[in-house]
Amino acid sequence: MAHLSLRNVGKTYAGGNQPAVCGINIEIADGEFIVLVGPSGCGKSTLLRMVAGLETTTDGEIRIGERVVNTLDPAERDIAMVFQNYALYPHMTVRDNMAYGLKNRGASKATITERVNEASRMLELGPYLDRKPRALSGGQRQRVAMGRAIVRQPAAFLFDEPLSNLDAKLRVSMRMEIRKLQKRLGTTSLYVTHDQLEAMTLADRLVVLNQGKIEQIGAPLEIYRKPASTFVASFIGAPAMSLLDAFIENGAITLEGHVLAQIGNMAGPVTLGLRAEDLRIAKEGLPMMVEHVEELGAQRIVHGTIGAQTLAVIDTGEAAVQGAVRVAIDPDRLHLFDTTTGQRIESKRQTARELAL
Amino acid sequence: MTDSPLRTTLPNGALLSRLRAWYSADTPNPAKRVQFDRPLTPWLFLLPQLAVVVIFFYWPSVQAVTSSFYIEDPFGFGSTFVGTENYTDALTSSQYASTAMFTAFFCVMVTGLSLGIGLLLAVKADKVIRGAATYKTLLISVYAIAPPVAGLIGMMFFDMHIGPLTDLAAFFGHDLRVGINYWDTAFALITISVWKQIPYNFIFFLSGLQSVPVSVREAALIDAQSGWRRFCDVTLPLLAPTAFFLLVINITYAMFDTFPIIDVVVKDKPANNPITLVYKVYLDGFKGNDIGGSSAQSVILMVVVAALTVLQFRFLERRVHYG
Repeated sequence: MAHLSLRNVGKTYAGGNQPAVCGINIEIADGEFIVLVGPSGCGKSTLLRMVAGLETTTDGEIRIGERVVNTLDPAERDIAMVFQNYALYPHMTVRDNMAYGLKNRGASKATITERVNEASRMLELGPYLDRKPRALSGGQRQRVAMGRAIVRQPAAFLFDEPLSNLDAKLRVSMRMEIRKLQKRLGTTSLYVTHDQLEAMTLADRLVVLNQGKIEQIGAPLEIYRKPASTFVASFIGAPAMSLLDAFIENGAITLEGHVLAQIGNMAGPVTLGLRAEDLRIAKEGLPMMVEHVEELGAQRIVHGTIGAQTLAVIDTGEAAVQGAVRVAIDPDRLHLFDTTTGQRIESKRQTARELAL
Repeated sequence: MTDSPLRTTLPNGALLSRLRAWYSADTPNPAKRVQFDRPLTPWLFLLPQLAVVVIFFYWPSVQAVTSSFYIEDPFGFGSTFVGTENYTDALTSSQYASTAMFTAFFCVMVTGLSLGIGLLLAVKADKVIRGAATYKTLLISVYAIAPPVAGLIGMMFFDMHIGPLTDLAAFFGHDLRVGINYWDTAFALITISVWKQIPYNFIFFLSGLQSVPVSVREAALIDAQSGWRRFCDVTLPLLAPTAFFLLVINITYAMFDTFPIIDVVVKDKPANNPITLVYKVYLDGFKGNDIGGSSAQSVILMVVVAALTVLQFRFLERRVHYG
């Protein structure tokens, strides 16, 4: 168990003119669960593999505990990794799969047996210890992969999209299991996923990556409530935050000619972010034309247009929604972003609300 | 199926109707079942392959078995039935025994060395990143050389007057006399045969290595620091199916397909040169005109190779893990 720190870490592939990952600074406390999230190609897997030692690090410094591990072999880094496609040794039994790493580190037979038994009890793998991986289901294989990581008692767990190959139902239950297990073991974990729901539910802190750079680091709720950029805003939360072109004039924000709220001393065009769950269908408010409705049972997502711009609204009412409706907006829940840089703009109104909280 | 045109044109084909009954029996997997309108159509498709097998394998085999019980007149004036005399002659002959011993030695050396070196090259080539294609092409290209040509090239290398390998041996103080000294010739035969077979093994081992999943290798990288350990514990077991297939193929190669190489090396040479059983079959039959004796030898060889293959499948294949 140890803290992990990435200092100004970057990677440029040989022959590549642009860095795949650059300027990454993350300090991870002992026992913390960090989720790296971003769209495919954002460099999150590369970053994880750099920590594991499977990719070389061309810039910066990676520390596990007090050791700088940049040039160490993966086996020397005291990490354990869980791969997306499990990466079990197909010719070894479940028991041997879990024991292999320990055996190579010269652990005694008694220790190996004890740890494998403990891990298999934790993961309910007892009946399968003498089976080969091909005789197991996907979920069981993923447990074995977890077991292989657990028995080593490493300084850190690295998870590379471990749930992507499982079906939706199993994914949800495994997600909870991973979280429980990590809490119980207290092992520092770095977890890569492209699924924002997985990221939100698992993380102590989220790291949102885009094009090899960190967009935002923070607790899931903090990121959800105060996305640092339009990229984070549209990536975290489902349905995605609606981003609309608005205008600030005389201290008032207007959308398609309708005044929404008083903002303060700003002016010019602005990108307005509205979360579907902050909007509601009401008697008064912005006129919206309903385009189509997604029924989810407990609620429905109403997609519509205001002028030429699209908007999603969550509605929990009983009555069917169609045609022209009106949408009420809580003026405290507006997100403003710079139209050119996409960066968040803190309005006076929001700052005031936070002070009140 | 009941009213196919064939039934009307060939009304009393008892064999055919039996064939049809067998052919139209329900297969457990309907997706794999191919429908032909006429029961003869599949046989028509099979015919070329069957013809090749029958004409070039079964027929000569039967001929060999029959003629192994006869002594044939060298000038073709009839043959005499002698029972198993040809077999007892062959099995009790000291010359046959020494050829058999050499064949066994030759097989072990050729199979072992060409598998070993092929694997080593494949493992190394698999790690090459820059110019990998060039390496692979160069290593594979030897396979395109026909065995007699390989034998000829080998003979140039081992030539007593101009051969660079003879010079090399002389440098180390050994007078290499291929075609005259028994073990020198054996060395040349093994070297050429191994050289010819390495590319074949290389191709298969390389593709075998490349089918080991990257993530499994990476998992091993985290679990074991020593590259040798990883190779023994993870890579090699996953290569086992490839290695087993190559073992069977290589033994067959050493037994039979090295014939042209041996022919080029020992033909027209004086002295008592090492030869394999296959070459002895040819020498006795076509040079010595002892068709009966040579047939008996080839039957023995056939039995030995069949037994060897069965043994490999029964005892070795059990240890092979197919992914």
